[in-house]
Amino acid sequence: MTTRWFGAPVQRLEDERLLRGRGRYTDDLDERALHGCFARSPYAHARIRSIDVQAARGAPGVHAVYTAADLPFGDRDLPLLIPHPALTHGRTQRCLASEVVRYAGEAVAFVVADDRYLAEDAAELVEVDYEPLPVVITPEAAAEARHLVHEDVPGNVAAQLTQQIGDVEAALAEAPRTLSLRLRYERGAAQPMEARAVWARWDPGERRLLVYDSTQSPTSIRGGLAVLFGLPETSVDVVAPDVGGGFGPKIMLFYPDELLVPYSAMQLGRPVKWTEDRAEHFLAVNHERGQVHDVRVGFDADGRVVALDVDFIHDAGAYTPYGIILPIITAAQTTGPYSVPNYRTRFRALYTNATPTSPYRGAGRPHACFVMERTLDAIAADRGIDRAEVRRRNLIQPDQFPYDTGIAWQDGNRAVYDSGNYPALLDEGLRLLGPRPVGDNVGLGLAVYVEGTGVGPYEGAHVQVLVSGKVVAATGIPSQGQGHATVMAQIVADVLGVEVADVQIHSGDTRRFQWGVGTFASRGAVTAGNAMHAAALQVADKAKRIASEQLEVDPQDLELADGKVRVRGVPERAVPLAAVAILSNPLRYAFGGGAEIATQFQAPPRLGPPLAGGEQPGLEATGFFSPSGSTWASGCHAAYVRVDPRTYRLEILRYVVVHDCGRVINPLVLEGQIQGGVAQGIGGAFYERLVYDDDGQLRNASFMEFLIPYATEVPDAVIGHLETPSPLNPLGVKGAGEAGVIPVGAVIASAIEDALGVPVREMPLSPQRLFDLKARSPR
Amino acid sequence: MRVNGINRPAPSIPRRLLSDYLRGECGLTGTHVGCEHGVCGCCTVLLDGRAVRSCLMLAIQAEGHEVTTVEGLAPDGSALHPVQLAFKECHGLQCGFCTPGFVMAITGLLNENPNPTPQEIEEGIAGNLCRCTGYASIRRAVHRAVDLMQQAPSPPSGDTPPPPASPGTPPAARQRDI
Repeated sequence: MTTRWFGAPVQRLEDERLLRGRGRYTDDLDERALHGCFARSPYAHARIRSIDVQAARGAPGVHAVYTAADLPFGDRDLPLLIPHPALTHGRTQRCLASEVVRYAGEAVAFVVADDRYLAEDAAELVEVDYEPLPVVITPEAAAEARHLVHEDVPGNVAAQLTQQIGDVEAALAEAPRTLSLRLRYERGAAQPMEARAVWARWDPGERRLLVYDSTQSPTSIRGGLAVLFGLPETSVDVVAPDVGGGFGPKIMLFYPDELLVPYSAMQLGRPVKWTEDRAEHFLAVNHERGQVHDVRVGFDADGRVVALDVDFIHDAGAYTPYGIILPIITAAQTTGPYSVPNYRTRFRALYTNATPTSPYRGAGRPHACFVMERTLDAIAADRGIDRAEVRRRNLIQPDQFPYDTGIAWQDGNRAVYDSGNYPALLDEGLRLLGPRPVGDNVGLGLAVYVEGTGVGPYEGAHVQVLVSGKVVAATGIPSQGQGHATVMAQIVADVLGVEVADVQIHSGDTRRFQWGVGTFASRGAVTAGNAMHAAALQVADKAKRIASEQLEVDPQDLELADGKVRVRGVPERAVPLAAVAILSNPLRYAFGGGAEIATQFQAPPRLGPPLAGGEQPGLEATGFFSPSGSTWASGCHAAYVRVDPRTYRLEILRYVVVHDCGRVINPLVLEGQIQGGVAQGIGGAFYERLVYDDDGQLRNASFMEFLIPYATEVPDAVIGHLETPSPLNPLGVKGAGEAGVIPVGAVIASAIEDALGVPVREMPLSPQRLFDLKARSPR
Repeated sequence: MRVNGINRPAPSIPRRLLSDYLRGECGLTGTHVGCEHGVCGCCTVLLDGRAVRSCLMLAIQAEGHEVTTVEGLAPDGSALHPVQLAFKECHGLQCGFCTPGFVMAITGLLNENPNPTPQEIEEGIAGNLCRCTGYASIRRAVHRAVDLMQQAPSPPSGDTPPPPASPGTPPAARQRDI
């Protein structure tokens, strides 16, 4: 493979459209659509005595008001996406609640009106008689189980799972030193700048349903809608157009609107649109990150870990539509880049009367990293050893790959690290960090992490050379800003020997490519990138076969470059790719001279049928990539911070990231992913906190009080790269989407602990919390 | 009001927000709505050349004023406005949802202060939220935009407040009724 574009800092192809305001986000579609609005439960836990929608139905401009009783699927539980044997008490909500609501914000009725203003007016007229029930709001309260979220789920326990390698109890008993820590990581929220939206149109003549959805998985939405509505899946098209950030919650499906918008469009014979506002996004879109970990660690006099026991509870929220992927990832990733000979992990996923949880960028990994890194800092303090040195002594060494952790991974197999060089990451991180700044109240934070990426089962791609010589390619996974249109074009352009600007990538549109899984778990570049590569290689082979007839040269002596198929070493003997595309269709018709180039009367006569056996017309191919295992990216973050001793304001003086995601396709895009992840990590570590009161009300459901960092809070990270190619895919790439965010909580905690001299055992922090910790600590 | 140099009819209902009016009644969907309470800045447009949040205004409050949206910075087919070009060069955007708001806020900033200090740039973009980039590339883009605008002495349209509309003497070339 020539590597002209791969690895280059190519400016993004999708940007100009977005910069001109010509993006196409779901809410930009209208076509005289009716607008939907939900009536949602104001109670965190209540029995519904009655619902009266008469007044709402009579309100101006209202076309329909739906409750569960009005829906043919109203008494069906929504799907549980990822069942697991340990999830013994999985529960999902109904599209619209009719008996019990279990979190504030659960949908009860859906109003469709001429516009959003009228729909909101009418939604306020929906009268629901609620009987409030006792509320369970923290994971600790859920574990106590004085009240139940689901009457038929004893102890509020949705799932529990214990895994062990070695003999933890014996190793702890024999360990020279042991420590116990309780480490708490609160809920967080992704908060993409575009909230969710769905638009749908039913064509009664063609009996086709078209849905635009700000989802991370249009192929799954399509499959589900076809089953629910009894339509052939070939009659349902789902498009994730431009999506204004995803970060995890948009991989969750089905949200109630994803059924109600298409359903009401089919019922009413008009396009219907629902666009979430920020207030309901805070309540109705899945959260993440509530876990409490009890850690016991045994280590020797040199600070080497001999045993680690982590028993944690996971706040699942009111339902488990996404299964127990989050605690499974935490369990698998806790030991991270470190060699821990005896490791036991047990979790219980518990129901609470809060918004359900599912992956948010990092997806259980930030907790895992926090647990391990806080533990190592505690060991360093206990032994009086430098914190970097404690890490160095415990890291997995470069000659230990592939490294089998023995713990189950999210794909159902064991987590086996494919490649990496963790000591080099640590050394480079410390080098880039440089000397400690002078001054008081300055702290150093440090964390090394791994990230399982590129999880299967597969993605696919279709690549086609048009008769213009330009290339269009499609994959099923949508982009939410990761730059698919650029990085995948780079991969295809290299294989086909064309300009990257001549490759147009379509993604997330089932009309263009109907197979695939979705954009999550840092898997796009690994799965869809390699699928693009596979498809492009087939196209290149076909181009050589066709051109070999034309040039009377063996295909092996041909190469693709400069938009042509040419003879190696004799570049003037060439056929333009455009002509090859024309030749690939035995009809050989084209406007503008193409037909003359490709006429059969110029080519040497050929025996047999114009389309040879086994060949298909068109210079195109479909390719798939299914990984044998996850690719394991890794990195080291390090920071210096200063904490103001009077206001407890946090100032990040220097933030360093050294990252290894295998071969880098586009350093611009990669650094954007990392820097953006760091910003989200900083938000989740010090500014953003979801404040629930005892009644289960989210008290800060707005950007006025849930403090997403502005530019003033986020430093420019210093970013370094290592490249340890993955042996598990032809491109040697690993995922990078979540790397920026994973260790930030651990790093900030470590740095603040160092700066203030108080133990930090929780996330998130805040000036108020630091004041409290300092006030409480013995002098 | 005039929107991107074009006279527009009054909003269909008095309570229509300017953001909803621009998107729904003018079809200018480049102005995005991220929070509807004035914090995220996605809906930033220029009102008489100054950056304002269109989700915090009623459309009727813009009567008699010139509104510039991101679509008005560089008409289709023309070169990108320097701020837009700087974003492209510096990878200043990922999902693109907050981007029009940033572009308009920065354009407003540079209208008022063509030579901002790094501190003024930091403060100038500190009213807009971005969840993707982590701001580093946006900072670089502002510095780059300053350079580009200083290289091009007469900035493209949309950049400077147009003369106020006065009845009888319309700036004919750009005025059109719909």
